This record gives sequence, C-alpha cells and structure tokens, in this order.
Amino acid sequence: MFNYYIKVAWVSIMRHWGLSLLMVCAIGLGIGATMTTVTVNYLMSANPIPHKSEQLFNVQLDSWDANDPFDDGQNPPTQMTYIDSTNLFKANKAFRQTITSQSYGVIESQDPEMRPLFVSGRANTADFFPMFDVPFIYGSGWDDSADQSKAQVVVLSKVTNDKLFGGENSVGQSIRLDGNVFKVVGVIDNWQPKPRFYDISTGAFDDTADYFAPFSLVAEEKLKRSGNTNCWKPFGDGFQAFLNSECIWNSFWVELRNDEEKANYQTFIDAYVQEQKQYGRFPRPLDNRLSTVTEWLENQEVVADDAQMMMAMSFMFLVVCLLNTIGLLLAKFLGKAPEIGLRQALGASKETLFAQYIIESGCIGLAGGILGLALAYLGLNAVEVMYGDYMQGLATLDVNMIVLAMLMSLVSTIIAGLYPTWRACKVQPAYQLKCQ
Amino acid sequence: MLETGLIIRALMRNKVGALLIALQIAFTLAIMVNAIFMIQDRNQQMSRASGLDEANTFYLTNTIFGQDYNYQAQLQTDLHAIRNTPGVIDAIQINAIPLSNGGWSMALQHEPGEDKDTLGSALYMVDEHGINTLGVNLIAGENFRQQDIQWREPSQSTWPPKTIITKAFAQDLYPDDWQSAIGKTVYISQTQPMQIIGIIDKLQAPWVGWNSVERSMLVPFQLESNSARYLIRTEAGRRDELMPEIEKLLAESDKQRIIRRVTTLADTRKKSYQRHNATNNILTTVIITLTLITAFGIVGLAIFSINRRTKQIGTRRALGATKWQVMRYFMVENFIISLLGVTIGIIGAVGVNMWLVSTFELSPIGGKLIVIGAMTLFIVGQLAVLYPARRASLIPPAIATRSV
Repeated sequence: MFNYYIKVAWVSIMRHWGLSLLMVCAIGLGIGATMTTVTVNYLMSANPIPHKSEQLFNVQLDSWDANDPFDDGQNPPTQMTYIDSTNLFKANKAFRQTITSQSYGVIESQDPEMRPLFVSGRANTADFFPMFDVPFIYGSGWDDSADQSKAQVVVLSKVTNDKLFGGENSVGQSIRLDGNVFKVVGVIDNWQPKPRFYDISTGAFDDTADYFAPFSLVAEEKLKRSGNTNCWKPFGDGFQAFLNSECIWNSFWVELRNDEEKANYQTFIDAYVQEQKQYGRFPRPLDNRLSTVTEWLENQEVVADDAQMMMAMSFMFLVVCLLNTIGLLLAKFLGKAPEIGLRQALGASKETLFAQYIIESGCIGLAGGILGLALAYLGLNAVEVMYGDYMQGLATLDVNMIVLAMLMSLVSTIIAGLYPTWRACKVQPAYQLKCQ
Repeated sequence: MLETGLIIRALMRNKVGALLIALQIAFTLAIMVNAIFMIQDRNQQMSRASGLDEANTFYLTNTIFGQDYNYQAQLQTDLHAIRNTPGVIDAIQINAIPLSNGGWSMALQHEPGEDKDTLGSALYMVDEHGINTLGVNLIAGENFRQQDIQWREPSQSTWPPKTIITKAFAQDLYPDDWQSAIGKTVYISQTQPMQIIGIIDKLQAPWVGWNSVERSMLVPFQLESNSARYLIRTEAGRRDELMPEIEKLLAESDKQRIIRRVTTLADTRKKSYQRHNATNNILTTVIITLTLITAFGIVGLAIFSINRRTKQIGTRRALGATKWQVMRYFMVENFIISLLGVTIGIIGAVGVNMWLVSTFELSPIGGKLIVIGAMTLFIVGQLAVLYPARRASLIPPAIATRSV
C-alpha cells in the first residue's frame, strides 16, 4: 500500500510540477540556510575533548582591581598571574596540573642551506600532554623533574619535525631555538582541538603550536613569551618585576577525577586566596572558579555573536519557507477537492486519504531536504571562503548534520502538510459531486 | 469604492490562505528590516577612515635571533637605508599597526594617584618621523623633536614626558575645548606626568571593534625589541614595487634576523573587516532570497485561487466587468493581505529588534527603515500578483456558460 501511495504522490507531484518545484525550492532554501548556520554554530561550540571534558578544569582567581573589577565584576580574570600559577603549581594539590602560555622563537637549522624558521610555541608543564591526551608519533612529553631542573627539552609538532628532520624520528636530536640548544624528547601527531580550549585568549580557532617547551624556562628568559597580557597595577623595571606583577598572561588547568577532588580543590584555592589577602593582594571579594571545558567555552562565549544571530535569522527564514509550503500545499490539496470527493464517494476512507497526502508532503520534504543539503554544502564553502582563517576547517558537514538536515526537512514538511491534509479530508463528497 | 468590502468578505471565507501570505510578508518584513539595519551598522563601521595613507603604506616584522645584538645601531642603519630608498616617503619603527587588532593600550588621567578616573587609549611608539610616515595631520601644537626620542628597554615601566594625541581623544579629555589640551599635563601609569604637545586629526586604534577606536596617542619611544615592526610609506602607486625591494634590502644587510609578514595596510584592513564583510554578504543573500520566496508564494497562491474561481471570474466578465476590473480585484485583494502582513510585520520587526538589542547590544532601529521595508513589500506584492491577475483578466466570459 505504501508503494502505491508513493506512486500516487509522484503522479500528483508531477501533475503540478511547477508548484511542487516551488515548494521543494522553498524547503531546500530554508533547510540550506538553517543547516549552514546550525553547522557553524555546532562546530564552534563542539566539545574538543569529549571523553574527559568534565574532569578538566580551568582555574580562575580574582586577583583584579577592587575599584575597577575585571569584566565589570561579572567574571574573574580569564588568565592568571605568574605568582599565582607558580604558587598553585608548587602546592601540587590536583591529580594533574599544568601552567600554559604562548611563546615564539626562531629555530636555526644545522643545515646551513636552510633559512631560519620563525615558529610559534607553547610554554607548559609536563602534565599538559597526558591531561589533554596529546597524541605522540615519537617519544613522549617531558617529566616533572625536567620542569624543576629547567631542562632545555622540546616537543615538536609534526609539521616542524617534517621541516627540520624530514619527518624522521628526531628524539635525542637537538635544535637551536633563539640561540639556545634544546633536546627533542617527542614529536606529536596532528592535534588540533577546535575550539582550542586550553588557550582561547589568543584565538579559539588558531593552529596548534610548532613546539612545546617547559614553562620554567620563561622565567630563565630562555623561552620568549607572547600572547595576551593584561595589567591593572603599575610595576617596576625589568623582567623580574614583570614576573612579580599583577599582570595576567598564563592559564592554569587541573585534572580532577571526581566531585570530591573538585570540592577539595575549591577549598584549597579559596584558602590560598585568603592567605594571599594577608599580603595585601586580592582586594576583591572571594570569587574563584573551577570551570569544566564546556563551562569554560560557554562562559568565554567562543561562539561568535554573528554566528548565533545568523542562526536565529535562518530559523526565521525556515519559518517563512514553511509558511510558504503550507500555503502552497493548501492550494494544491484544495484544488483537488473534486477528485477527493469522487474518491470518497467510491469508498476511500479518511485514513487512506490522510496517509496519501501526508506521504505526498513527506516526499516533497525529502526532495527539499536533499536540495537543502546541496545548498548547505555550497553555503558552508561560501562561509569558509568569505570568513577565511577564522572559519577554516569549521565548515564541514558531518553525518550528524546530514541526518539532522533530512529529519528536519521531513518533519517540518509533514507538520506543514498537516493542516492542508486535514482540510482536504474534510471535503464533503456530496457537495463536490453536485458541483460537477 | 473599489468593491473593497466585497473583497474583504470574500477573503474572510478563505481566511487561512490569506493569513498564510500575510504571515509570510510579516516575517519577511521583520527579518528584512533588521538585516538591513545590521548591514548599515557594519557598513558604517567599515567606512570609517583610519587616518593613514592606507593605499601607499606597508609594514614588516623584523625578528632578530642573533645574540649580542646592537639594537640601537642596527635600527638607525635600517631606517636610514629605508628612508633613502628612492620612492619611499618615510619610515618608522612602531610597536603596533592600526587596524591590525593587536596593540598596546594605556590609560590617562587628569590627576595623579590610584582610584582616579581614567580614559583608555591606544598607544603608538614612534620617533619624529611618525606623523609624516603615518600620513596624519598635526592640527595643533608641535611634533616631537629628535632629542625627545628615548630608547625603551624591554620591561621598562617609565614613560617619556611628552605625547601627541588625536583630536577625538582631546575631545574626550577636555570636552569643553579640545584645543585647550595643548600644554596640559596628564598622568600615565597612575603617577607619571606627560605633557600633551600636539594634536593630530585622526588615527585609529588597532582594535576595530573597540568603542573608543578613535582614541590614540603617540609617544616618543624607540623599542629595543627582538621582534619589531617597521612601517613604510611610499610615493603614490609605488608600494607594490618597493615591498620586495625593501624586504631584500633588509634581509641581505644582516643575517641575524628574519624579515617576515611584509603586509600592506590595505590587506590588514581587509582581514580585520573580513567577518563584517562576510556577514553583510550573507545577510544580503538572505534578504534577496526571502523576498523572492515570498513573491513566488504570492504568485503560486494567486494562481491557484484564480484557477478555483475561473467560473466566477467568467461570470463576472459575462455580467459586464472589464478586464481591468478583474485585474484590479486581485491587486486590491493582494493590497489588503499585504496591509495585514505589513502591520503584523512592523510589530514583529520591532520585537526582533528589541531581542537583538538586548542579546547582541545593537542599537534600536529607526522608523524610516521600517517604512522603506513596508513600502518595498507592498511593491513586491503588487508585482508578484501582476502576472496571475493578468491571467485572470484573460479568462473569457464564455467560460461562464460551460460546466467544468
């Protein structure tokens, strides 16, 4: 029977092909627009480390100015001072913990033919690699003792290793970074969490660093730091004065395995801030936060306003397309009133008619969904071209999105078809026959 | 007049179809007006002048990796070489590039001390060639002299005693009389005095999204930095030819460094506003497609309603109605539906705008835009119904005599 309904639907669609095409186009455009914006939002707000996003916590301490609070007092500072991150690190109260900030440098190759390489880097402590599940091709990260002894060790990205060592296992080799010799201990595979949750202050969708080296080398001035730096209090001359200042420029992450560990850690940082208050620091009321990866991304509003606004707009767009479809289906089904009357008179039940027209709506919805997917594909390519680096790699349709698009068009068209179908089934056979 | 009452009564019999079109028009209006509003907002931001001679300016980053480097001597050598290259108007070392979204900000205050009101500003470190290289105009006071220029060491916390500020910043500091800023002393880093010696007409801060983007200040500093930027202004039309020439000149004169990111200001502007541009393109596409969908919806429904009423129309024609009267009927009908749609749409547009204002901190919409949007939709509606109405008017009176 189902096949028969499909056949009838096909005949009916083809008979008024102009109108059907109009409906398919309307639904296709609506679905295309909606899917484009939904995909962008979905990928921007994707969970970059789903299997442990609830165990990783960004630590925020409110070290800011009492008179001019950070973010108007809504949120504590987004990064941490050197004093606090090193103090928390030394206290070692979490299962795993890492300090991380941005770095840069110039690598000179041993090969005199090769031009020096400008590279972006990351200064972090040993736990960074196991905490964030960084995949290695060769070797591994360094251990805690390397952080403490300020060992000149480095982990290279795959790209950098390809450039410097032709992709071979470079563990044990050394490189010259800003005039200092660093020993390679590991090479990581392509690793590009999107959003780059562990450092969104310099661009949530930026590329992974070219190298990773111990954070303790920053204080030794053997590693250059860069990235967002924010200060509220003047400080004296020299790098040591900067390190001792209230400037925020690095972030602190901890891994806590359960609620109990989390509660203990919260108690610990609150006590730490209370203690610091004795030294005249932390003039603001206590506001220390532990945010999971998802809470952190949400709080930092990684999804751009533009993207959200467009998504809202595209849903309204879809509504217009559906109103259009309801109107056209209504016109179409009512136009068939004489045929419906005749069929009823010949014994067709209301259920039969209902099923048939719903199936016809569904077919139009499916066709619209396929068109919509094609348009979404074009739309996403356009988005990627127009927005450039910012959306690079964000605009792709995955299986979830394809299924969602088909479901959305099918369901919305069937809903759009309900009223016209109901009206069509209400046709009075006697009246229609008399009019003939 | 114009059988309006009759049309309304006929419409009431088939409420749903008319209502659907009215709702479509309403949504279209609400989206259209707000989208145009957002486009205008962005266009306005993009059309602001940076103050620089953008077409003839480029910059590069000079990254030094050698040890025991003589920054001061090398900078003078570099600038001397660049300034003497034929076609170059002037060049400076600068700490940040306007429009690039990365820079340095400091706050100034009228009185020294903590807890005083401050005004934030972008800060550009330049020498006495700054004004000439940037291509900005000094409209009051004087430029830095060579002896004003100081070396700034890494992590230095003291500031030079003189500054030049933009007119917009002077207006924010001295709202009553911006020219009175000349000679005044302001305080940087809470306690350090600085005298305002000059005012330039316009120089934007690096952050294009900042609401105080017109506030900038120049300070007479040269940086001892191992990653410094040089900004170079060329004679009109010679930028592209000089870019590789200067890159080569610098790269070959010293092997202890990398010359990278040789970029034009035009590219920087494009990149900074890329998202604005993209969003505007998308919004424009949305408006056009939406209007087309609504128009086709009107066409489709009108054709169907005419097909259903073929016999009635024929009867009217047989009873003496002219072709024009038949056409007019459908156009007036469409006008009434549009009127309903536009009315709902205006309420919707204001509602959507209120939501945008509260969620995305946009400013409220103007009445003019709503009126223009409503007019546009009336016209689109009339145009859309023209073809079906014309078809209706061509129905021959003889059809009244036929059965089916």
